[in-house]
Amino acid sequence: MAVVYQKSKGLTDKELHYCPGCNHGIVHKLVAESLEELGLLDDAIGVCPVGCSVFAYNYFSCDMQEAAHGRAPAVATGIKRTHPTQPVFTYQGDGDLASIGAAEIVHAAMRGEKFTTIFINNAIYGMTGGQMAPTTLIGQKATTCPLGRTKEQAGMPIRVSELLSTLDGCVYAERVCVTDIPNLNKAKKAIKKAFQLQMEGKGFTFVEVLSTCPTNWGMTPLKSIEWLKENMIPYYPLGVIKDTSAEVN
Amino acid sequence: MKKEIIISGFGGQGGLAIGKNLAEAGMAEGMNVTWAPSYGPEMRGGTANCSVVLSDKPVGSPIFNHPTELIAMNEPSLEKFEAGVVPGGIVFVNSSVVTDKVSRPDLTAYYIPCAEIADEVGNPKVGNMVMLGAYVAATKVLKTETIEVMIHEMFTGAKAKLVPLNIEAFHRGMACIR
Amino acid sequence: MEKELWKGNEAIAEAAIRAGCDCFFGYPITPQSEVPEYLSLHMPQHGKTFVQAESEVAAINMVYGAAGSGMRAMTSSSSPGVSLKQEGITYLAGAELPAVIVNCMRGGPGLGTIQPAQGDYFQATRGGGNGDYRTVVLAPSNIQEAVDFVQEAFDIADQYRNPVVVLADGLIGQMMEPIEWHDVPKRKLPAKDWATTGRKGRDHHNIINSLYIDPNECDDFNAHLAKKYQLIKENEVRWDTKDTDDAELLITAYGTPARIVLTALEQLRAAGVKAGLFRPISLWPFPEKPLHDLAGQSHIKAILDVEMSIDGQMIDDVRLGVEGQKPISYLGHAGGVIPTVDEMVEAGKKALKEAE
Repeated sequence: MAVVYQKSKGLTDKELHYCPGCNHGIVHKLVAESLEELGLLDDAIGVCPVGCSVFAYNYFSCDMQEAAHGRAPAVATGIKRTHPTQPVFTYQGDGDLASIGAAEIVHAAMRGEKFTTIFINNAIYGMTGGQMAPTTLIGQKATTCPLGRTKEQAGMPIRVSELLSTLDGCVYAERVCVTDIPNLNKAKKAIKKAFQLQMEGKGFTFVEVLSTCPTNWGMTPLKSIEWLKENMIPYYPLGVIKDTSAEVN
Repeated sequence: MKKEIIISGFGGQGGLAIGKNLAEAGMAEGMNVTWAPSYGPEMRGGTANCSVVLSDKPVGSPIFNHPTELIAMNEPSLEKFEAGVVPGGIVFVNSSVVTDKVSRPDLTAYYIPCAEIADEVGNPKVGNMVMLGAYVAATKVLKTETIEVMIHEMFTGAKAKLVPLNIEAFHRGMACIR
Repeated sequence: MEKELWKGNEAIAEAAIRAGCDCFFGYPITPQSEVPEYLSLHMPQHGKTFVQAESEVAAINMVYGAAGSGMRAMTSSSSPGVSLKQEGITYLAGAELPAVIVNCMRGGPGLGTIQPAQGDYFQATRGGGNGDYRTVVLAPSNIQEAVDFVQEAFDIADQYRNPVVVLADGLIGQMMEPIEWHDVPKRKLPAKDWATTGRKGRDHHNIINSLYIDPNECDDFNAHLAKKYQLIKENEVRWDTKDTDDAELLITAYGTPARIVLTALEQLRAAGVKAGLFRPISLWPFPEKPLHDLAGQSHIKAILDVEMSIDGQMIDDVRLGVEGQKPISYLGHAGGVIPTVDEMVEAGKKALKEAE
């Protein structure tokens, strides 16, 4: 019998704990496949955050570290600086990366740390139960902005890819989503490229994945995909935000 | 034998360096030594001081309120530390800068014109060596040769040409003590 | 061995290099900035890693990442910075990672002062972050001990897979003193087969983690930690004494005050007061039993605890050790004021008089 599909060796057999319709599972798969296809699995060291993907160390089959909330870029710095030839990545959500870990991600990018960050932006705190994130959209309801986020109270949402792109150390930043097959393919391509550039020693590489959170958004998985397309993409435009990899030795 | 010395002056006058030289020389002669600086914002422009202990026994406290000798490189240093000097102690005053005199009659005072002598020797930077010479001559706690060897070790390579200058400054300081 | 005159902070930094420290992650703060300054130049010269982090929080998490991947990692700071590191230290303890943390203590609370103090005793010995954990705490009293303890701290950390704190103070960091670079005894250390080095053919993936979502698992893990700490208590207790054989007055002190006590002892003895010093070197595990036994000796009449802390912190452990056998009095200053010999002599005489 011909094998038409096989789970990536980059993933363990552990059953995912994510909610139905959540994009984490898809992104895990893309990261795992990318590492496997690039032949990096046996050398890779990943760092997972505090947030919904806190258990990612159980799902990725490479060596993994669990970091304190927001500190994954610092932890990854410690790993990569002492293991400069090995692929290192962080996998972080928006509360972890854009809020409590804002300093760590900015400075890792500033230093041009040669690791890859996969950033899951679903505009909400998932694990703690739907609180407002720095990425929550204006008007979007969350348990700590029950009437909807306002500019006056919480300011405008942060566009992390654009922010990091202002730093010379960040050589590649792309925003993708996994709402359909064409976008999923683009996301895979971006993740793979980020790892490739890392292995070429180009600098800090960053892939932001717009993701759904049906549970905390209070929507069906299908509805949440529609909501992402209609609300998130206009504010968080897809595409390559920065790529200076050709200019860097 | 136990010497507890406070060296105090403006940053840049070489007070901390005099202290280090004393500690280095003491160590070279097999003494137990410590050097403890004041630190903080005052070291950036204000008055800086250090405490040096030279002892034939292990040094307990590296800091003290009653120095056996005070080296006052500027006026505020004399004002601040004179009262604490042990009865019968010695005060070395940099008279190039300090116009006040030591007020306590029980103290031995030496007035050393560090800057003038340094200028005569040919380099304003060696004022601290002049003061070191005065200290060594007055206390006889360290050997002249030890300091000379130390000066040779301090200035090597391209800086070796500074050796004679520093040694001369040191001897001119010694000559201030009679 | 020839003696060399070294500044405390630079000696601590050099000691780390000699101990085989692979990487240092730090952040400037007075009075310990000479540690990162020295290592920024010398670590790269030895092919080792130096990173000036964006914060103490980041620095300790870089330590976590490097230690988790099998490296000998160190950070250093002073009191307010060490407070920021507490998050990382509890994660290190929770993930059972070896690391060395140097604290050149200064006065607090808050920004306090940059002068030497000992107000971080509780933080260091009780596990300053969240959860039931302990760090081994070694307190040098001079620069020779500082360099010896820093070197040994790496071995202790590796042996027990636990962070080790070298608790110094601003004076030790800033002063200069002759030291000898002698070989510190090396321990037989377990292989770091748990480290995330990349699988490189290993049949399983290694995970560095402190999360136990199942409370029973978390309970079991804490029991495992407690067992380890018991082992450390059995093996790593250290202390020193001076002139205690006939002492009527027993002074307890650690770190800088303990060396000042040495001068006070001379003056007390010269004044006819039989005084001795009990100096805890390992603050955790605290030398409880040796202190208990010494305090029980009939010639000891009174105990005086001296610290650079306003009401005393170690004094709680002194009380636990002495267990009420003898009266304990206290002398201390906080805010960067160092207790003087004169004060110690006076307080010692007073303590003895009150005991009679």
